[in-house]
Amino acid sequence: MSDVAIVGVGCTGFKSVTPDVSYKEMMFEAATRAYQDAGNISPRKDIDAFISVAEDYWEGISIFDEFVPDQLGAVMGHLFTICGDSIIGLSTAYMLIKTGYFDVVALESHGKPSDLLTLYDVVSFAMDPVLNRPLGGHPFYVGGMEMNRFLCETGNTKEQCAMVVAKNKGNALPNPYAAYGADIEVEDVLCSNPYFYPLNRLDISQPADGGIVLVLASSEVAHKLNDNPIWVRGVGWICETPSLETRCWSEAIYARMAAQMAYKKAGINTPSREVDFAEVDDMFSYKELQHMEALRLCGKGQAGKLTEEGVTRIDGDLPINPSGGMLGMGWPLEASGMQRLLEVVLQLRGEAGSRQLPDVEVGVAQSWRGVPTTTGAVAVLSNC
Amino acid sequence: MSEKIKHFPGEQVKNIDVKEGRIPAVRHRPNAKYLWSAGIAMSRFLEGLKKGKIVGATCKKCGRIMVPPRAFCEQCFKPVDGYVNIKDTGTINTYSVSYVAGDASRIKEPILVAIIDLDGASEGMGILHILGEIDDWKQIKFGMKVKAVWKPSEERTGSIKDIKYFRPLQEV
Repeated sequence: MSDVAIVGVGCTGFKSVTPDVSYKEMMFEAATRAYQDAGNISPRKDIDAFISVAEDYWEGISIFDEFVPDQLGAVMGHLFTICGDSIIGLSTAYMLIKTGYFDVVALESHGKPSDLLTLYDVVSFAMDPVLNRPLGGHPFYVGGMEMNRFLCETGNTKEQCAMVVAKNKGNALPNPYAAYGADIEVEDVLCSNPYFYPLNRLDISQPADGGIVLVLASSEVAHKLNDNPIWVRGVGWICETPSLETRCWSEAIYARMAAQMAYKKAGINTPSREVDFAEVDDMFSYKELQHMEALRLCGKGQAGKLTEEGVTRIDGDLPINPSGGMLGMGWPLEASGMQRLLEVVLQLRGEAGSRQLPDVEVGVAQSWRGVPTTTGAVAVLSNC
Repeated sequence: MSEKIKHFPGEQVKNIDVKEGRIPAVRHRPNAKYLWSAGIAMSRFLEGLKKGKIVGATCKKCGRIMVPPRAFCEQCFKPVDGYVNIKDTGTINTYSVSYVAGDASRIKEPILVAIIDLDGASEGMGILHILGEIDDWKQIKFGMKVKAVWKPSEERTGSIKDIKYFRPLQEV
């Protein structure tokens, strides 16, 4: 079976609002950039299949698949939509190429939360209608409850979570794709308004508009399209039980098991030594710490301490979210995982500009599907 | 076989039993509201309608004049080259007579929907709209010439409904 590489990336965004373009125009721009990056291929003849990652409720359009082909150059092409996170989309693209039926696959995901007037009501719609919804409240209280239990069981602290926010918003400042870069202090986070105790306002990622397209290729054609292909060494995804009443509230089991699957495929036994850097979901500040531990980048209860010691900073031994993460780049709904992939590819190519990490060979991208889910995905990428 | 059974055991459950709470059920009305940015191409189209014009887009590569307009040609996968006004007359490509509304209730006056290939646009391109000033739908013919009937300019808002309907160009 052929190896699979990422040979093209294209991004538009991220911004807090984008009243100037439609979602179609946003997707067209990202796709044009990705196809140019992949050796200036034409989607009309050079791409064998297309995958779009989108959710009808986010879009406000039923059967959203049907609204996708034009802007990706996929008219009369082989296209389908994945409802899920974009790293689950990557896993699907990876498998399509592994079948041997497809050599070049385009993967698209976007988010335009500024088109949603009632964004958090739509998030609430993912809560159980019989047991949870009638109780009311903002659905992000799920994050507050999880943070509380996670900190209680691991000994990580609220201050260490605030350090994640300051670090990530700082990392985002030199990232041209980031919407929410800022030079802030740990104290600013701790003093920001309490939203869902122990989550404060600044512990929570803010919505952002933007789209990303990746082009993947089999090893047979990858080198023809790009001199610097980034190899997908392993992918994994997991769905835990979704029930709020019975799930594990301290550990991100979905991330641990998805990573297990991806590491196994990639031949990684000791991730803390073999992974050079990681982009992880940080929808809420504590999620970065929780996901680091789940990905076995450190021991249980160690993530906060490493953050405090500066190990996870851009100049540390194990940089986490050099892009600025979602706290810095923004939360683009299902495209959040794609942001993680984009940064890992740019870093492994040596194209991350002033935030470039030196001597990196193996990077991990991890995503969570957001409140109230317990679904996540992991991809291991390398440049050799 | 069931025809031979005179009486089925148990209680028959009707929709009204659910509605009136005799059967356990949970009611929820989603609050899902959207405000889609029209974007580059659709803004031109909607602004055109407000002025009483139908706007199309052109692609020099394939030579098409496209309605509704778009920012990019989906066949050539490149940005369009410009925008032009299209005539508000055209021919009926296909049609249907909708006797039933969205909630499946019977409509007294059936809605006549049609795809109208607009004059000046490339072949097979046009607009989905409603036909009016037709007493009997059996008078509708494939290829029949029709023309837009616009709302008065002060009532136009930049919406597909700025055109009230299309009427036959010649009396039927």
